[in-house]
Amino acid sequence: MSEFWSKTRRFFYKTKYFWVKLLVTLLTMLIVAVLSFVLIKSLPGDVVHQYALNLQNTLKVPYEEAYATAVRMLNYDPEQNIFSAFMTYLGGLFRGNLGQSIYLEDVTANSIIADYLPWTLLVSSVSLLLSFVIGTMMGVRMARKRNGATDTVCTGVITVTGAVPDYLLGVILLMVFGSVLGIFPTYGAYDLATVGHPWEYFVSILHHAALPIITYTIAQVGGWALMAKGSAVAVLGDDYVNAAVLRGLPPRLIERRYLKRNAMLPLVTSLVISLAYLFGGSAVMESVFAYPGIGRAFTTYIGKRDYFVVQGLFLFLSFFIILANLVADFLCGLLDPRVRER
Amino acid sequence: MKERFVGIFKAIGRFFVKLGNAIKRGVVCAARATGRFLANFWRSFRAFCGMIYSNKKAFAGAIILILFAFLAIFGRLIFPYDDKTSFADMYLKPSGEHWLGTDGMGRDLFDMIIHGTQDVMSIAIFTAFFTVGFGVLMGIISGYAGGWTDRIIGLISNVFMSLPQFPILLILSMFITIRDNFTLALILSVFSWPGLARSVRSQIMSLKERDFIQICSVMGVGRVHIIFTELLPNIMSFVAINFISSMKNAITASVGMMTLGIALFEPTNWGAIIVSARNSGAFAIPAARLCIIAPVVAIMLFQIGAILFSNGLDEAFNPRLRKN
Repeated sequence: MSEFWSKTRRFFYKTKYFWVKLLVTLLTMLIVAVLSFVLIKSLPGDVVHQYALNLQNTLKVPYEEAYATAVRMLNYDPEQNIFSAFMTYLGGLFRGNLGQSIYLEDVTANSIIADYLPWTLLVSSVSLLLSFVIGTMMGVRMARKRNGATDTVCTGVITVTGAVPDYLLGVILLMVFGSVLGIFPTYGAYDLATVGHPWEYFVSILHHAALPIITYTIAQVGGWALMAKGSAVAVLGDDYVNAAVLRGLPPRLIERRYLKRNAMLPLVTSLVISLAYLFGGSAVMESVFAYPGIGRAFTTYIGKRDYFVVQGLFLFLSFFIILANLVADFLCGLLDPRVRER
Repeated sequence: MKERFVGIFKAIGRFFVKLGNAIKRGVVCAARATGRFLANFWRSFRAFCGMIYSNKKAFAGAIILILFAFLAIFGRLIFPYDDKTSFADMYLKPSGEHWLGTDGMGRDLFDMIIHGTQDVMSIAIFTAFFTVGFGVLMGIISGYAGGWTDRIIGLISNVFMSLPQFPILLILSMFITIRDNFTLALILSVFSWPGLARSVRSQIMSLKERDFIQICSVMGVGRVHIIFTELLPNIMSFVAINFISSMKNAITASVGMMTLGIALFEPTNWGAIIVSARNSGAFAIPAARLCIIAPVVAIMLFQIGAILFSNGLDEAFNPRLRKN
C-alpha cells in the first residue's frame, strides 16, 4: 500500500508541470465564464420581456407561455437568484448552447461560429505557414552571413515592418493595391456572382484572401526571422558545426543538414504557441479588410448589442485560445525537458 | 523694567541669530547634498549619454524620441491648432499655408498631427509607467520573497497571461466607454504586466544568489535597503528598455482600440485621424490619402525610434550582445 502511495506521489511530482498548467487553465476558464455571466446578469431587465413580446406576436400565444419560452430559449431567468442562474447558465453551456440572438430567431452563436470561423482559419493558417517558412529561411541566411549585405538589408526591412502595427500595414496595402491600383478587391471573402461555379468560386476566394494573407505574412515574418537568426547563431557556435566545416563539407550541406535542423527545434515550440492565436483572428485586421472572419462578427454583434450572442462568441473564442495555449504548453513540455523543470 | 525689556529683546535676538545659524547650516548642508547629488547625477547622466552616443542605433533612436518629446511639450505653442471646421477647405492639397493639406473637415493636417502628439505620448507614457511600475514591483516581491508568495503571484500572472486580450477588451467596451487617457492606460497595462513581472523575477532570483547581496544580508542590512539600493540599480537598464518597448506596444494597442471604436478620443489623436479618414471614404479620394499616410508615418517614425533606442540600450548595457 505504501509503495502505491509513494509511486503515486512520485508520478505527481514528475508531472507537476502539467498539473500546474491544467490548474491555471481551469482557473482562467472559470474567470472567463464568470465574466460572461456577469455580462448577462448586468443586462437591463426587460430584455427577456421584449423577447417574450416578440414571441407573443409571432407565435400567437398568451404572454405567460411566451415568457416561459423566452426564458427557455435564452436560458436565462431574471427572477432566479444568482447561484442557480449561474448553474443554469453552465448547464446550457455543457449542452452546447452558446447563445440565442435577441433580434433574429434563426441566429445563434453556434451558427455564427460555423459561418465565420472557416474564413478566419483560412487566412490565419496560410499566412502563419508562409511567414514561418519564409522567416526561418531568411533568419538562417542572415545568421550564415552575419554583417553582410543580406543581413543589413534584412535587419532594416524587419525594423521597418516591425514598426508598423499590422492593421496599419493592412490599411496602407489596401489603399495601394485595392484603391489606387485596383488589383485586389477591398472587401468581402468571395464574389457572389461566382457561387455555383466551383473553379471560379475557388479563384475568387483566393483573390479576396490574398491581401489579408500578404499583410499578415509581412507583419509576422520579421519576428520569425529574428528568432531563427538568434537560434541559428547559437547553433553556429556549437562544436559539431565547426567539426563539419573542418571536415570540408560543402557549406550548402552544412546549412541544410546541420544548421537548419537544429536551429528549427526551438522555433517549433513557438510555432505551436502561435497556433493558439489562429482561432482568435484579429478583430482589427478583419474590420480593416471587411473580411467576414470571426473577429469581425464579434465586433459587429457588439455594435448591435446582441448580448446573448456576444457572450457566446466571447466564451467560445476565449475557451479556444485558452485550450490552444494549454495544448501548446503541454507540447512544449513534452518536446523540451528544460521547460518542465522550471 | 527697562532692563527686563532689553533682556526679552536680547533673548529674542539670540533666538533669531540661532535660528538663522541653524537655517544657514541647514541650507549649506542641503546645498552640499544637492550639489553632490547633482554632480553624481550629472556624472552618471554623462556616462549614459556617452554610452548612447557611442552606439549608433541608440543615438538615432534617442534623437527621434527626443524630437517627439519636444513636440509633445512645446508643439502646441509653436504650431497653434485651430479646430474650426469649414467644408469649403475640405481635402486641400499641400501648400505653403497648409503644409500637409487639410482633412475632411478643412482642418490643417500638419497642425493636427503636432497637436495630437501630446495625446499619443501621454497614453504611451502612462501605460508604460503602470506596466513597469506594477510589473517590477510584483517581479521583485515574488523573486525576493520566494516560497508561497512567489507561487501565488506566479499563478496570478499565469492566469492573466492566458486571458485572451482582445475579446475581453471588446466586452469591457460594452460596459464602459473609455474617455480619458488614464483609464485607457490602466486597462492596457492590466494585460502587459505579467510578462515583465516574470522576467524581473528571474533576474532578481539570479541576482539574489550573488556575493554582494549575500554579504548585505549577513551584515544585517534591511530588506528595503537591499531592494532599493542593491537590487534595483542592477536591473535599471532592463527596466528602461522595457519602459520604451511598452510605450511602443501601448501606441499599437491604443490605435487598434480606436480603429474598433472601443475608445473615444480627441479628434487630433493620430489613430482618430486615420479612423475618421477611413470612415469618410478617404480611399476613393486621391487628395485624402495623405490623411491616412501622414499619421501612419508619424506612428512608424515613433515606433522605429523606440525600437532603435531600446535595441541600442540593450546592446550598450548587455556585454554579451556587445561582443558579437
